[in-house]
Amino acid sequence: MVIDTRICRQHPECNKCIEACDHEHNVPHIPDKKHEIKWIWKEEFENAFPDTAQEYSIEHLKGTEFLVLCNHCENPPCVRVCPTQATFKRPDGIVMMDMHRCIGCRFCMAACPFGARNFNWINPRAYIKDPNPEYPTRMRGVVEKCIFCNERIDQGKLPVCAEACPYGAIVVGDLADPNSKINQILRENFTIRRKTHLGTGPSVFYIV
Amino acid sequence: MLEKALVGSKKYYLWLGFLGVLILVGFCCYIKQFFFGLGITGMSRSVSWGFYVAQFTYLVGIAASAVMVVLPYYLHNYKEFGKMTILGEFLAIAAVTMCILFILVDLGQVHRVMNVLLHPTPHSVMFYDMIVLSGYLMINIICGWSALHAEYKGSKPPAWVKPFVYLSIPWAFSIHTVTAFLYSGMPGRDFWLTAIMAPRFLASAFCAGPSLLLLLTFILKGFTRFDPGDKAIKTLAKIITYAFLANIFFFLCEVFTALYSHIPAHRYPLEYLFVGLHGHGKLVPWIWTSWICAAVAVVLLVPPKTRNNFGTLAVACILVILSTWIDKGMGLIVGGFVPDPLDHVMEYMPTLPEIGITIGVYAIGFLILSLLYKIAITVKEQRGLI
Ligand code: SF4
Repeated sequence: MVIDTRICRQHPECNKCIEACDHEHNVPHIPDKKHEIKWIWKEEFENAFPDTAQEYSIEHLKGTEFLVLCNHCENPPCVRVCPTQATFKRPDGIVMMDMHRCIGCRFCMAACPFGARNFNWINPRAYIKDPNPEYPTRMRGVVEKCIFCNERIDQGKLPVCAEACPYGAIVVGDLADPNSKINQILRENFTIRRKTHLGTGPSVFYIV
Repeated sequence: MLEKALVGSKKYYLWLGFLGVLILVGFCCYIKQFFFGLGITGMSRSVSWGFYVAQFTYLVGIAASAVMVVLPYYLHNYKEFGKMTILGEFLAIAAVTMCILFILVDLGQVHRVMNVLLHPTPHSVMFYDMIVLSGYLMINIICGWSALHAEYKGSKPPAWVKPFVYLSIPWAFSIHTVTAFLYSGMPGRDFWLTAIMAPRFLASAFCAGPSLLLLLTFILKGFTRFDPGDKAIKTLAKIITYAFLANIFFFLCEVFTALYSHIPAHRYPLEYLFVGLHGHGKLVPWIWTSWICAAVAVVLLVPPKTRNNFGTLAVACILVILSTWIDKGMGLIVGGFVPDPLDHVMEYMPTLPEIGITIGVYAIGFLILSLLYKIAITVKEQRGLI
């Protein structure tokens, strides 16, 4: 996935991707910050890229918000630590969750260096305003996160965030295919990824 | 032999009754947590492990420390520890039981815990932790029980137990090493990402565990005819002193690397603990309490005069336990989550139900310990061994 943050910056008030994802996957809106569930959300540049941000950065980056989500790492530590394989990597690279197998030990939350994982501290169902009957809701006591719309990918559709973006800021494609559009974008643009020094190999790229 | 746990003095029954009440309170809190969810605790999206995991980590150390009496006795034939080994092994049984309970109360979906066995995952450290912990529990039940049974019969423990005794020694090291590996192998958690984690865990275990054992010994000495002998106590006090100093040394090594390298990610958790970070400092009084206790304990433990005086030694033991309990529990676990991966600081404090459940689990552990010690002491008394 490539996120063109130049486009996002032109529309700071736009939350279409987040709204679409939350609705599609029945992501609850819990007001208490401690119990929040977030699949794709906005963080300031300094928080999304704590080791890239610096005091002297270009004015337009300071305090601007970046979309963050699970990076579907190539070498995911969350998968490594999970004692039940409730989170696992699909052959196509999507880091999946089996919420029926998860025992709720939260080892993956400690292992993910991107804060991409959420635990259902309380029953989330009370906080879903307009549930989408097409997608299951979760029970308390399990971990969840962005699953890259595996259900849509399998039908040949785009992830809902990419589809919802009215400005085409989110591009999704096959990194393994050298001729894919995404590889072309990556060849032509300078992109950054979050915390690459940790060796997890994030698959979400940002054009700054 | 089990019936020996059932008859005792009035004080004994009162003690058991008191533990029973605490267990009941813990159980009620747990029922509440079970139906509401872990949201009842102080844990959050940022600090996703808290008091329970802290107790678990601490108690694995207590369990492992039995080796500090078993090893000198069996490997070096240090006869003075003869009466203590069984206390050490029974303490290990109680501690591992508490560890398992603390993991269970920490799980979001506790009834699915068997998934760990149904889907064994050799790349998860948790998988190995489960193996070593349950193995250690079995080994200590076998060793402790057969030794006691032999005393009861007035015979020697059967020969087949010997290999288990020897096995228990490396096994004790393994449980705490694997527990350290739970933490020290995660990218992005810089407070834990340190090769010295396992040695530090062992050092703190080998001072905290024997300290608890010594305190228990003093209590037994006060209430029963049990007396391990002054020499055994003094040797154990020396072990505590060395292990405690090693623990402090390892910690100072950590502090040096973090502060001198000046790498923010390494500095932040320490800053958070000792002076507070971005205006958040709920743990500051905790950690200073821990280090003040440590300083006083060192002053009491190092000079032979105060170390060999059982009054000051008992105080030192209490301080060692308190200091390591804060440092390794709240300090290490919560400190590792601050700041979170997105550089936000979210603070953590255990809630009342969380503390209630914790006390309940400790009460179960002490109940097991009391029953086992009662049997051991009664058998020894009847055999004229004490
Ligand atoms: S971003 Fe976190 S949750 Fe997603 S794959 Fe990487 S380590 Fe796992």
